[in-house]
Amino acid sequence: MERLNMRKKLLEIKGLQTTFFTDDGQIPAVDNIDFSVYEGEIVGIVGESGSGKSVTSLSIMGLIPSPPGKITGGEILLDGKNIAAYTDKQMQKVRGKDVAMIFQEPMTSLNPLFTIGDQLKEAILIHSPKWSKKEALARAVEIMKLVGLPRAEALLKDYPHQLSGGMRQRVMIAMALLCNPKVLIADEPTTALDVTIQAQILQLMKDLNHRLNTAVLLITHDLGVVAETCERVIVMYAGQIVEEAPIAEIFAEPKHPYTQGLIKSVPDMRYKKDNLYSIPGTVPKPGSIKVGCRFAARCEYAMERCTQETPPLYEAGEQHKSRCFLQDEQEVKQRVERFIES
Amino acid sequence: MINYMGKRLLQLVPVLLGMTFIVFMLIRAIPGNPAQVILGQLATKEAVAALTESLGLNKPWYTQYFNYLAGIFQGDLGVSLRTKVPVSQEIFPYLAATAELALFAMIIAIIIGVNAGIISAWFQNSWFDYLAMVIALIGVSVPIFWLGLMEQWVFGNQLGWLPTSGRADVRDPVTAITHFYLVDTLLQGRFDQFIEVLKRLILPGIALATIPMAIIARITRSSMLEVMRSDYVRTARAKGQKMFIVIYKHALKNAIIPVLTVIGLQTGLLLGGAILTETIFSWPGIGRYIYDAIGFRDYPVIQSGILVVAFIFIMINLIVDLLYSVVDPRIKYK
Repeated sequence: MERLNMRKKLLEIKGLQTTFFTDDGQIPAVDNIDFSVYEGEIVGIVGESGSGKSVTSLSIMGLIPSPPGKITGGEILLDGKNIAAYTDKQMQKVRGKDVAMIFQEPMTSLNPLFTIGDQLKEAILIHSPKWSKKEALARAVEIMKLVGLPRAEALLKDYPHQLSGGMRQRVMIAMALLCNPKVLIADEPTTALDVTIQAQILQLMKDLNHRLNTAVLLITHDLGVVAETCERVIVMYAGQIVEEAPIAEIFAEPKHPYTQGLIKSVPDMRYKKDNLYSIPGTVPKPGSIKVGCRFAARCEYAMERCTQETPPLYEAGEQHKSRCFLQDEQEVKQRVERFIES
Repeated sequence: MINYMGKRLLQLVPVLLGMTFIVFMLIRAIPGNPAQVILGQLATKEAVAALTESLGLNKPWYTQYFNYLAGIFQGDLGVSLRTKVPVSQEIFPYLAATAELALFAMIIAIIIGVNAGIISAWFQNSWFDYLAMVIALIGVSVPIFWLGLMEQWVFGNQLGWLPTSGRADVRDPVTAITHFYLVDTLLQGRFDQFIEVLKRLILPGIALATIPMAIIARITRSSMLEVMRSDYVRTARAKGQKMFIVIYKHALKNAIIPVLTVIGLQTGLLLGGAILTETIFSWPGIGRYIYDAIGFRDYPVIQSGILVVAFIFIMINLIVDLLYSVVDPRIKYK
């Protein structure tokens, strides 16, 4: 793999904090996260529901439902410009052009009352108003062919309900790619699809990443999807990043107990077990844990320190970070000493 | 589509038949005899009996009913007992007067109601939302006769801005061609009369528009709120589309079907004549035509007037049903 620091940083998230203001109080769905996406790479964000991964992606797009949600801190640097501070009007020029997004539900993400052609054409004409309708449709057909949609010209006149789920997701991908975005955010793009279609869509995203050099931020709860597609992975838990590592390392040597639990939870076909492994307990409500490690209550290695101090993101390797005291050298030393004593 | 329309039109027959029967029996259940009403209190019994016979009202009810039905199937709506003019000739000016007022009122109701609903949903829980919904609540609750009288008092009596009764100035009557005065005055190039007719539409139009406007605003708001949470609206925003276009193109088209239903029902109701508004503003509409006929026990006018109104109501709602499939390609009629 090419060294990351040789590549250009396209998207940099610095201390991002997104809070929902509800009747039950303020809920920090995303709490002070930092990560970067480099040119041409595929980064995965993994986590359970409620970990803040979707809120992160919607924050980047400036599409947090507001009210009640709001970005309350940090920066989102796209090519060095802080788009977190942009007004909605300024963001309209960024959305779909520099950063595009595809969503989990291809069945409901396309407008049922407009033809595929109308919806694709619209996406082009918003950002290239000088194009004629004919040029826009020609571009739509070109991209539809690129994403592997058969009989593209005929599809232009079809309505979304006339297409299968896999085809609709291809249309969504085509729509996202129309204006050559620098970053493509894919929020669970295959969750609602059959396994066979899922594999096709992932392969397509890999191909497109390779051919167009579009950076992809892939949000998923499925480690299998990450393993197949990503170069780097970010693990989120309760609104925080708990581990970040290159793909090979995360499966060979997961550092954070949560990541280890996630990997263990993936069913293995080679062994038939009566009980599938699962991490005990559930994700805590965001904001409910003020001090200490948010995973402590479910962690089999939890020690006293975990509930008293909040662990920082420790360097656990060259490109590997883990938010766990087990990475703390002193902690390790003390543990070894205690072990020898006993 | 054609098949579907055929089926729906066939369904009309039993509905209208049932309706004519009920109306026919009901008006005969009201005490009072047309002959007596025509001849007055002091008429002799013999005279009343003679007139009853010559009007054909002494025949058994089923004979009368079947004669009436036979007439309808030949396009004969009967002859008014009072004026001796065939109802089919007499009714049209009244219908046109009502239609002109009702359409004018519905245009006001739709433009203001739909937009108020959209803006309320767009800026949910804002001051505009609260204000619009409070006004809408008042709108559905306020008695029309009170509102009409208040309008007359404020804009006619106190401010003197607008005339308060009739369709046109009696000193300068409109020459009727289509009986839609706005059209007629334009056809004759009488712009001064056009303005006069338009001015006379405003007060009754507003009185009549109030309830539909309030209902439309509330339905539009709730329908829009639901649609604006949908994934495809988020997709449209993710493309970088302007909020205005997202709302008025992507969201509105999806939210409009329940609104169309309400618009259809309300238009149908208004075309049936609004007796209160027509009475307060001396509007020579179908509502007052039928109401007066009831006073005179003018059976043919009552029967046929209600039949025509019911037919229009059903047709409007059929048109609305067909519009659904124009808006939504997933709706197909077979």
